[in-house]
Amino acid sequence: MSTEIQQETETTEEQSPEQIREEVAEDLSEKRREQIQEDLESAEKTVQLKVFRYDPEIEGKEEPRFDSFTVPFHRGMTVLDALIYARDRYDSSLTFRHSCRQAVCGSDALFINGQQRLGCKTQMGDLEHPVRIEPLPHQDVVKDLVVDMQHFYDQMHAVEPYFDPDELPDGELEEQHQTPENREKVKLSTRCIWCGACMSSCNIAAGDNEYLGPAAINKAYRFAMDEREGSDRKQERLRIIEQEHGVWRCQTQFSCTEVCPKDIPLTEHIQALKRESIKNNLKFW
Amino acid sequence: MSQSYDRGTVESFGRWLEFKPGMWAWILHKLTGWILVGYLFTHIAVLSTATGVDPAAAAAGNDIYTTTLQSLEELLIVRFLEIGLLTVAVFHILNGIRLLFVDLGLGLDRQDVSFYVSLIMTALITLASLPTFLGGVL
Ligand code: HEM
Ligand code: SF4
Ligand code: FES
Repeated sequence: MSTEIQQETETTEEQSPEQIREEVAEDLSEKRREQIQEDLESAEKTVQLKVFRYDPEIEGKEEPRFDSFTVPFHRGMTVLDALIYARDRYDSSLTFRHSCRQAVCGSDALFINGQQRLGCKTQMGDLEHPVRIEPLPHQDVVKDLVVDMQHFYDQMHAVEPYFDPDELPDGELEEQHQTPENREKVKLSTRCIWCGACMSSCNIAAGDNEYLGPAAINKAYRFAMDEREGSDRKQERLRIIEQEHGVWRCQTQFSCTEVCPKDIPLTEHIQALKRESIKNNLKFW
Repeated sequence: MSQSYDRGTVESFGRWLEFKPGMWAWILHKLTGWILVGYLFTHIAVLSTATGVDPAAAAAGNDIYTTTLQSLEELLIVRFLEIGLLTVAVFHILNGIRLLFVDLGLGLDRQDVSFYVSLIMTALITLASLPTFLGGVL
């Protein structure tokens, strides 16, 4: 796909909402059409979505294109709500991931008006219209808005993202206590919902497929800074993040920090691990 | 099955308008850094054509070094290039200091503000230098 194709397919741009409605609704049943018409008429305001469409398995849809959907707007409507409306009323083949609808499952990171955002955490009212919705950049598209997350998950697993202390407490029912200060230090890093927005926004990750990426490094931070794990495990963790495609790839462009829907200070955590790694390797002998 | 293809508008450089301050700071820092390297070599090349000491000429104030520099300064374009060099160097230094703070983990939540401050200070210093450079004071 190229810039040209987008312009070619965006012929709907100058059409009135009525025309678009007619066009999209062409192959809908009479009943569905009436329903949409009714929704749009009873709504105070309507909004327009331009949604990236692509399906390599269906003839005639292998060429990426943008579809327009006019959707009735209501206060508090999120981008995910609008997509769900478009799917339920206009085109049931419109494909996107979602689950929790409340920014905890991390399924619906999308490229909305040129920025990585969660569909369910982004208000339609806050966006410029028409709202352009695309799959996350720098990831392979499976279909429509669904991208292949495998590489992202691989990078997450590469930092061994689980609590793994050097020593277990004596009693079987004994708790592993963490000081309030230490908890405070890792608090923000525990918020990650594995949405992949940060990785998609990162220029370095785009150019270096082996780069661990912000989310994985943030995970590494979460455990490397956890004092309960002990110093042996910390050494192993630092080995992982200071490898060639680890923290030193970060060029502090802050893109990840800008897009993270959970407001995790990713760059700060990456920088902290860089310093941790230096302190660990500095020797005065 | 997932497919790889040219994502066009999604991944093209046409998206520079959407860049955030941190990205601009990065681009400008690389650019100014490499301009400074380029200048360094040009500087050495030009000045190495003007070496060699002739005590008598130097006493009369028309040795090769002085005449070379004077003839350069007479060109208006050189004065503008000097202003450009100052701008580039000042921005690189100020943003370089910002980056040192970033490396120390200080003020990361204000990194956009410190970038803007670098830009504004660069502009002010450049403006303040204009009379000197355009006046062609040696
Ligand atoms: C007080 C003066 C200077 C300061 C504080 C400074 C600071 C810095 C810093 C902190 C970086 C690293 C940026 C990063 O983290 O990616 C950098 C990069 C760079 N600097 Fe400077 N610098 C100064 C002078 C110079 C001069 C005089 C030159 C050229 C002769 C220069 C050329 C470069 C280049 C080419 C890079 C980029 C390297 C790359 O591509 O990664 N700098 N500078
Ligand atoms: S760090 Fe933020 S942007 Fe990255 S995967 Fe986790 S929640 Fe998403
Ligand atoms: S649907 Fe779960 S994060 Fe948006």
